[in-house]
Amino acid sequence: MKKLIKNGTVYYQGAFSPKDILIEDDKVAAIKDRIDEPADEVYEAQGKYVFPGFVDLHCHLRDPGQTYKEDIVTGTKAAAKGGFTTICAMPNTEPVVDNIASVEYLERRAKDLGFCKVRVIGAITKHLEGKEISEMATMQEGGIVAVSDDGHCVQNAKLMLNCMKYAGNFGLPVIIHAEDYNLAGKGQIHSGKIATQLGLSTIPPLAEEVIIARDIMLAENTKCRLHIAHVSSAYALELIRQAKDKGLPVTCEVTPHHLTLNEEACVKFDTNTKCKPPLRSEKDRLALLEALKSGLIDCIATDHAPHADYEKELEFDRAPFGINGFEAAFASLFTLLVDKGYLTLERLIDALTAAPAKVLGLKAGVIEEGLPADLTVADLKETITLTAENMLSKSKNTPWLNIPLKGKIVTTFCDGKITWQAETQNG
Amino acid sequence: MQQGFNFINRCLFDLDDYSAEEIMYILEAAKGMKEINLREYKKIPTLRGKTVCTLFVENSTRTRMSFELAANRLSADVVSFQESISAIQKGESLQDTVYTLNAMGIDLYVIRHSSPGSPQLVHKYSKKPVINAGDGRHAHPTQALLDIFSIWEKMGSLQGLKITIVGDILNSRVVRSNLIGMKKLGAQVTVCGPRTLMPGQMEEVYGCKVEYDLKTALKDADCVMGLRMQLERQTEGLFPSLEEYTKHYVLSKDTIKWAKKDALIMHPGPMNRGVEILPEIADSSQSIITEQVANGVAVRMALLFLILGGKA
Repeated sequence: MKKLIKNGTVYYQGAFSPKDILIEDDKVAAIKDRIDEPADEVYEAQGKYVFPGFVDLHCHLRDPGQTYKEDIVTGTKAAAKGGFTTICAMPNTEPVVDNIASVEYLERRAKDLGFCKVRVIGAITKHLEGKEISEMATMQEGGIVAVSDDGHCVQNAKLMLNCMKYAGNFGLPVIIHAEDYNLAGKGQIHSGKIATQLGLSTIPPLAEEVIIARDIMLAENTKCRLHIAHVSSAYALELIRQAKDKGLPVTCEVTPHHLTLNEEACVKFDTNTKCKPPLRSEKDRLALLEALKSGLIDCIATDHAPHADYEKELEFDRAPFGINGFEAAFASLFTLLVDKGYLTLERLIDALTAAPAKVLGLKAGVIEEGLPADLTVADLKETITLTAENMLSKSKNTPWLNIPLKGKIVTTFCDGKITWQAETQNG
Repeated sequence: MQQGFNFINRCLFDLDDYSAEEIMYILEAAKGMKEINLREYKKIPTLRGKTVCTLFVENSTRTRMSFELAANRLSADVVSFQESISAIQKGESLQDTVYTLNAMGIDLYVIRHSSPGSPQLVHKYSKKPVINAGDGRHAHPTQALLDIFSIWEKMGSLQGLKITIVGDILNSRVVRSNLIGMKKLGAQVTVCGPRTLMPGQMEEVYGCKVEYDLKTALKDADCVMGLRMQLERQTEGLFPSLEEYTKHYVLSKDTIKWAKKDALIMHPGPMNRGVEILPEIADSSQSIITEQVANGVAVRMALLFLILGGKA
């Protein structure tokens, strides 16, 4: 089966140029300025952009155990709609992915039912309890690409030291959700002027920074690969800069919402803006943007965290933390950062493709002859408006609901197969 | 309505919902209501047939009584919903509670809740006017209105007055609403308390002054308000002991000298005598603490009257 993608503006070898792409079965067979050989199907991409399929290092598929929020099918469908072809699922499901059986269950379900490739992240500690090291090496045989207690944070420094020693032993990257439980307390939002005004208790940047500082020191001591999830504060970036300057094996990611929104978004008590770490000050947001541009922040990850309507439809301090990420990620970043001239399209695409793939050593994120045909086609002139009706995720907890955004993913190819095709006039 | 003001079916989430002129209009209306409260038969028929629900998801006896008296004196029917005996205890969501109450034909909700922003939710679900009777640490606009009324009644105006509020600023919804309202009417407000009980960026958010030293804070004050200091802040690690707090921040004969002579002494209650305020001050001739309580009923009557469109 041959498919030919004609006349697209293709992100190839770090730049945009007009190319044709020939797909043969699941691989890219050729990429040239012009390909005229006959194909079973011709996809006309005139006026559209063709990116490598997006790679997300951080999402919550809620399967198994919380399938009222999301499941493998709806989660990967939503990911495909957002242009993603490879996503990494965090282990905080019920039961927790802290054993080989859970890893194999997910891998098999994703292969059978998924609309994109799902890579599994195992837990650092059993049941995410921060007490005993999980069977990382066994899970690695099952295919995990990293370990993380995301949503939780190992508070005990001695245990974390051992976890990092152990993970380092097997070459497994450790992904941290940095949160000191005492400093974060029952905090709801950033410790800035909106918290003062609304009287909500706070999660100060310090809650994240002290753990980042600690784990950078542990990474230096253990030589373990450390990846810092959803960095949100300017001072955290300073710590990461120092670590990188020293040549330590440290990388980090930022979410689309921390790049596009600040604490002001919470002022109307919209629980869809409630997330961890919280949306911070404008100063922090600008520092994150600068760090993304400079490469200090390696990549963008959605932290797709679906929650059911009735869970979010509560008093602000009773609603769960988390933002639904897949479907608004590209359009929100394109609209607020690229279209307004704050970020180049090249860097945005890099941060959604090759850069995250590099962080975990995944074979994804580039368009090359002989590699899987994972491609995302976007029309940057078209707008989308996510609504409760047109979202594919089971949950609708995004601050971008009903807000028009520019940059529409029109088609997603995963292993040469179309996993998302926008209808005209569809969200 | 006179002077182009329209209060009908409006919510009161916080004082930033109302202009300085509208606040003054409410105060004038409250003055009239206060007169009714001094009559032998303290009741007028103006809200007959209207139903007010006091939805108290967080317990508070005095505020609820004040609202219920206010509604009763205007002849509205009052139903009361209390956390300790309610379905919310059984895990019912606020949304379902409001849908249920709304089906019974409530015309106005008065809500007290520990979660900031919950009055907005009650309005969203009920589409009825909602008066915030205190939402967590966020706002307590009727307390602020009665505080402002009490000062205005004594001083004639708030313009240019120096008002100092002392105590646990961090946990006080009363302070937040007062800061908005008092500033609108031209007062200069200073907040004072230990740094562990002071929220960040107060100057930027409210345009007030922040002092950590009581003497500096009280200098030239026309009006001094103490706030309830709660023992649980000690176990939260915010200050070492009530004794040490008292040593530095108590309103006493000795410390009140730093303010203007005859400065008004206020407290939103309930008081911790001997902690944030000594009886010698709370019960002094400068104190208007019990008048504040009386004014609370009048202010709440005025609000219910204006929002439910009562006929004079």
